[in-house]
Amino acid sequence: MAYRQRVTAQRRRFYDRAVYVILTIVSLFAILVLAAVAVFLFINSYPAFFLIDQWQFFTGTVWDPTNPIEPIYGMLPLLVATLVVTFISALIAIPIGLGATIYLSEIAHPRVRKVLKPAIEVLAGIPSVVLGFFALTVFAKFLWETFAPGWRPDDYLNLFNGAVFLAIMMVPIIVSLSEDAMNSVPRSLKEASLALGMTRWETMWKVVIPAARPGIVAAIMLSVGRAVGETMVVVMATGSSPQLTWNPFSSGQPITSTIAIEIGEVAANTPHYHVLFELGLVLFAITFALNFVADYAMRKYTERYQ
Amino acid sequence: MRRRAKERLFFLLFRGCALVVGLALLIIVGYIVFLGIGTISWEFLTQFPRRGFTQGGIFPAIVGTLYLMALVMVIAVPIGVLTAVYISEYQGKSRFAGWLRVAVNNLAGVPSIVYGLLGLGMLVLFFGWGFSLMASAMTLAFLVLPLVITASREAIQAVPSSLREASLALGTTKWQTIRHHVLPYSTPGILTGIILSLSRAAGETAPILMTGVVLTKSILPQDIWDTFMAMPFQLYALATQTVFEKTKDFQYGTALVLLIMVVLMNLAAIIIRNRYREKYKW
Repeated sequence: MAYRQRVTAQRRRFYDRAVYVILTIVSLFAILVLAAVAVFLFINSYPAFFLIDQWQFFTGTVWDPTNPIEPIYGMLPLLVATLVVTFISALIAIPIGLGATIYLSEIAHPRVRKVLKPAIEVLAGIPSVVLGFFALTVFAKFLWETFAPGWRPDDYLNLFNGAVFLAIMMVPIIVSLSEDAMNSVPRSLKEASLALGMTRWETMWKVVIPAARPGIVAAIMLSVGRAVGETMVVVMATGSSPQLTWNPFSSGQPITSTIAIEIGEVAANTPHYHVLFELGLVLFAITFALNFVADYAMRKYTERYQ
Repeated sequence: MRRRAKERLFFLLFRGCALVVGLALLIIVGYIVFLGIGTISWEFLTQFPRRGFTQGGIFPAIVGTLYLMALVMVIAVPIGVLTAVYISEYQGKSRFAGWLRVAVNNLAGVPSIVYGLLGLGMLVLFFGWGFSLMASAMTLAFLVLPLVITASREAIQAVPSSLREASLALGTTKWQTIRHHVLPYSTPGILTGIILSLSRAAGETAPILMTGVVLTKSILPQDIWDTFMAMPFQLYALATQTVFEKTKDFQYGTALVLLIMVVLMNLAAIIIRNRYREKYKW
């Protein structure tokens, strides 16, 4: 009996060890995927560093890769379009998202919250291609037909049209992340403020929000990263013409659009193909930086209240 | 008194924000239901498209999306859940776990189109998988992996440590504790994460566009190395590459079917999570 117990104990310990090893190996996968993203973007865009004039790539104002005489790869029109849509969508989404968050976490009746929270989660789940489709078929027409000529957008499909739907994608991200941040502000802080005779609004503005600020910053950064990298909405809604313009009401072609539209038409290992991967690398760098800031803010935040 | 008035004004403003969000959802969903409901029929769901997407249905696109989801699940779920177990139960503070956490956070921020480039450059061309269901599914699995890991990690970490300690105190090994005590209690949370991840995979367009989806195909995919049709890509391609008046029924119908599928999965996830929140109160 004692012998048998010893054997099972040994076997169990061996089993435990084996599971540990397996889990370690499986966990490597996530790191490998991230490494693969960086490595394959780099390998595939590497030839472009020599084939294409890099100075012209980063500062050129014309994107015309199918020019029959000489293809021109200037990134600025694409980068500016990305900046414009991201800026406008952030301008719409941040106030609305934060307002809705405050409403949800501090003001709303529990019964309202029970409906509104799932609704926002469902909004987050709507595929971007459906939002893009709605922008293309319904909202663009609405913008075009509601406003009289002279007031309406310069182009039927325009950057603003895309930005509105990017904002709709950003709001749920902002709400869910910044609500977490506001909920984890210790209750004692809030109660102390109320006990000192502050109104609920003053408590919120001067106590809760400052305390939750790093979390809110992280939420905004992550949602901006999402807008920068979002593809289908801008492909369908902004009208694909790579022109350099800061005007949100004219059409444009952000970086993601360009990759999605042109990658299907190029042969592998041509200069154009490598340039598209380089655009991917630029995109990856931007989102990586935004993530880094969000991560940093988040870490500072968790350090503060633990 | 003025302070109170100020409070009321701001509260009204915030209520307005929430109202705008709710209205946006209602308008978008309502409009797509309104436009697409007339197209939906048994025929539309079970037949192949004919005459350039003017007759028949979207059966192969539905099947393609389902195949894709099944493959993504097979690949991403075991890896994601096991990684989450590793991070939260084994090496919480080691340097490797730190790296792992950084990797997962960054993966979550990588744009879907960049995953598409990875799929094209690595899976389709470098590995020689060709444009295929497998290449697309693997690309989407990369994309949802951080979601599965994060959701599972949160579910596992919500299990109180007293439970683990009680089990360990009775002489079980670590894995037995995880297998019989931690995982059963975190299953609903993990399941929620899985469903949400799959619904995300079902709606993604950019990654599959570059790795194997096609607009027309007269047969269903024969194996995982075959090309396939899928609803999100069909919607995108019809909306941007065909004459709107001709294929508009197909566009509205595809949008609605995709939307219903994704919304139902989201609701299921929310319901599971809420029920389990009430069931286990630590």
